[in-house]
Amino acid sequence: MRVGVITFPGSLDDRDAQRAVKLGGGEPVALWHGDHDLKNVDAIVLPGGFSYGDYLRAGAIAAHSPIMSEVITAANAGMPVLGICNGFQILVEAHLLPGGLVRNDHGDFVCRDQKLRVENVNTAWSNDFKEGEEIIIPLKNGEGGYIADQDTLDRLEGEGQVVFRYLEVNPNGSANDIAGISNARGNVVGLMPHPEHATEAGFGPDTRAAMRSGTDGLTFFTSAISSLMANA
Amino acid sequence: MPIIVVEVMPKAEILDPQGKAVAGALVRLDKSEFSAVRIGKRFELTVEGPITDELLAEAREIANDLLANTVIEDVIYVGEARPADDAQGA
Repeated sequence: MRVGVITFPGSLDDRDAQRAVKLGGGEPVALWHGDHDLKNVDAIVLPGGFSYGDYLRAGAIAAHSPIMSEVITAANAGMPVLGICNGFQILVEAHLLPGGLVRNDHGDFVCRDQKLRVENVNTAWSNDFKEGEEIIIPLKNGEGGYIADQDTLDRLEGEGQVVFRYLEVNPNGSANDIAGISNARGNVVGLMPHPEHATEAGFGPDTRAAMRSGTDGLTFFTSAISSLMANA
Repeated sequence: MPIIVVEVMPKAEILDPQGKAVAGALVRLDKSEFSAVRIGKRFELTVEGPITDELLAEAREIANDLLANTVIEDVIYVGEARPADDAQGA
């Protein structure tokens, strides 16, 4: 399965995401923001970073990149799309996911190994998890506070579109401790934590077993492969 | 060159950490008569010819589509520079 990773000006974690795709059993394909070409990929990852230096609003300018018109068409046709951190911000600015992301309520950049609960295992990026599974994924953001109006929050909660929730600590003031959400169809998922940084023992978050041994993020990428296989 | 001004503010119900930090600084400067601060954005769009209704309509469109994210912000002004703006630097 070919999984495209889009590089925008200011993307930082595109190579990490490509490596995570490979470790998850997929074939990573580098995509470029300025192209109108998805290179026949089966799924797309929008990686973390600071596209356009977070000018205007985080993700706002990248959401209007040439390649985003193809991404929006593919997403609406059901292709799995994952937005990580800045990628999540781009997805909300492109209106593929509801709500918005604002500066952390405490005003500081935060970087920590974050415990999350998997709330929905019926999305393209979470189907290899167990319902209610608790995972540890690195988080690093300055503008990660998820907000939406009350009707949208009620709808997300009611329809099971909250996919990941912060446990123990709400690191950025997100409404309802929301770490990640999906669209109604479940093919588009966005989250602030970075699953691509928890895919290889020795380079992941600390766990009780050993330092840097956490690989919970790998399941995001194997989930996408599983969902593509199921629909193949 | 004439300019069209677009002003955007964070929605009232959304926390504005920048404004809050400035309000905290004012308290430390003994200016606590200013009890709250909110920080928005002002865009100045330069146009080549006179400001027409069509240009203003176009400016309103990009204000809502790009310059502001109406999930978290409100567009509070789109129009010609106001008299008070001319006092800049006076």
